[in-house]
Amino acid sequence: MKRVVVFIKQVPDTAELKIDPVTNTMIREGVPSIINPFDMYAIEEALKIKDKWGDTETVVMTMGPPQADAALREAISMGIDKGILLSDKKFAASDTWATSYILSKAVEKLGDFDVLIAGKQATDGDTAQVGPGVATWLKIPSVTYVRKIDELEPGHAKVERMRSEGFDIIEVKGKFLMTVLKELNEPRIPSFRGKMAAKKAEIPVWGADDLNTDEANIGFTGSPTRVVKAFTPPPKKGGIKVEGDDLETVKGIFKFIKENHLA
Amino acid sequence: MVKMNYELTEEQQAIVEIAKQIADEKILPIREEYDEGQIFPNEIVEILAKSDLYRVFVPEEYDGLGMGIFEMSLVTEELSRVCGGIALAYAGSALGAFPILLYGSEEQKKKFLPSIASGEKIAAFALTESEAGSDASNVRTTATKEGDHYILNGTKQWITNGGVAGVHSVFATVDPTRGIRGMTAFIVDSETEGLEIGKKENKMGIRASETVELIFNNCKVPAENLIGREGTGFRIAMGTFDQSRPGVAAQALGIAQGAMEAALSYAQERIQFGSKIYSFQAVRFMIADMAIKIEAARALIYNVSKLVDSGAKNTGGYSAMAKTFASDVAMEVTTDAVQVLGGYGYMKEYPVEKMMRDAKITQIFEGTNQIQREVIASHLAKELSRLRK
Repeated sequence: MKRVVVFIKQVPDTAELKIDPVTNTMIREGVPSIINPFDMYAIEEALKIKDKWGDTETVVMTMGPPQADAALREAISMGIDKGILLSDKKFAASDTWATSYILSKAVEKLGDFDVLIAGKQATDGDTAQVGPGVATWLKIPSVTYVRKIDELEPGHAKVERMRSEGFDIIEVKGKFLMTVLKELNEPRIPSFRGKMAAKKAEIPVWGADDLNTDEANIGFTGSPTRVVKAFTPPPKKGGIKVEGDDLETVKGIFKFIKENHLA
Repeated sequence: MVKMNYELTEEQQAIVEIAKQIADEKILPIREEYDEGQIFPNEIVEILAKSDLYRVFVPEEYDGLGMGIFEMSLVTEELSRVCGGIALAYAGSALGAFPILLYGSEEQKKKFLPSIASGEKIAAFALTESEAGSDASNVRTTATKEGDHYILNGTKQWITNGGVAGVHSVFATVDPTRGIRGMTAFIVDSETEGLEIGKKENKMGIRASETVELIFNNCKVPAENLIGREGTGFRIAMGTFDQSRPGVAAQALGIAQGAMEAALSYAQERIQFGSKIYSFQAVRFMIADMAIKIEAARALIYNVSKLVDSGAKNTGGYSAMAKTFASDVAMEVTTDAVQVLGGYGYMKEYPVEKMMRDAKITQIFEGTNQIQREVIASHLAKELSRLRK
């Protein structure tokens, strides 16, 4: 049987987060939780792969507090076969390094797989590091920002990676991880049978002992990241507008492109 | 949704959540365009199917969920809250399936219900003709037996889902001289030779629902597709209506609910004379009246549909009451909602004029409200004579 594993994260359901002025981290209390919106595309893609391949187990994993169980059940209601919660007090305060390490250990415990999928980034931390981080720990290739899948069979894939200008077409051999964009698909609405399965599903909880994690790589002590300061980056400036229909204008554009190494 | 809590079961709550999500996320963005363009919502049918909602009204042994009229009505209500036209792609299939479900043989159920449950095929109910409306017994479409087939000839009109259904429940007469005793029900696959789709109607409301003429031109239907026996068609049609009317009532209820919510939210934002118009008694009492009527209709519909699901006999009068009351409420509430929104309500940029157009059909189809009152009056007389015995 083939296997596709999706990593999801439960995030606060609002863009208006409050930041603790002392620790520079988010205040999560009192905010309703949802599945990170980008992860919904990862779930949908896993389901589409299963529809296409048949004989495939789809697994969704999340690391988080016990209440993250709800996010896994929502994924099951959409049609995912199995949810696994990675939860342990020792995992608390893990940064992207430690989180991706823990997720990679969970994948190892799960066994074989064909494709790993994650959303491009979470709407709370916005790092976009955990997906590729897992691939690095597992020593497999990763393709980020996938907007379209041209071919995908076990052991072979051809996908389009979005860039700020245009896109790359990337071919991958063997098992790999991809992080996905909203352009990829439209997440499905849960089915009745899915919702009932989600209510009944048994969600295993794996902790540090189950995963045999190295203490040096987990939790606060295993996390090299320190949030020194949080700030709002300046918005992107609009481009340069060139007007005119004469040859000099066109030459000017070419000169600009050449000088700025845009082509 | 602003409504009374009816202590739904976990399963009922789940189907309501799914229907609500489909209505809000998938139907809302397209309803205006589909209404204007009279577009049938194929992609919504697919979503409803994948979400198991067509399984709701089909027994488990035919790949359904084994729920009943109540749950079917809950789904119809939620979909109709956003679009009473698109909701018919759902409720119309239930109506088309009921003759098979209620009166079909085991073989017929096994053959036709699973694909209706999966949503692969939707069903349609074909009774009405140009001369057979309220007088449903006046059907002129004929069915002539030839060997192991019946040959159908005639024209059905205003058939909901007619052009898109895979399965039709069709009522024809095996002997026009026998009146209602000649009427006979058939299951007709849309692929059957001699079944043609005629004119598509240009309607006032429920414009995203497909309403067409069905022309039977020497249409050769296998005799095994006859439902019940020759001459039982009228009873099958009436028995079907007893079960299906709570669904029309739920459609009306949903439309009314959508209009009330639109009026409520508008009234809380619209400022005139320096105040929100919801602060004016003339407006707030109109909306309070809407809510009273809607909750009364809901109480009636939910109770009648549960009564029908219980297998109780002689429920026709009560389902006629639910249909009549809810559709009259829908017409009143949507008309008042347009009034609350004033000039904006009359414009197509706001949804209430569409709701008012959609509401009107619920007083007319599956038996006009005048015919319903006939059904109710006859029911009362029968009940009284039964009590006296």
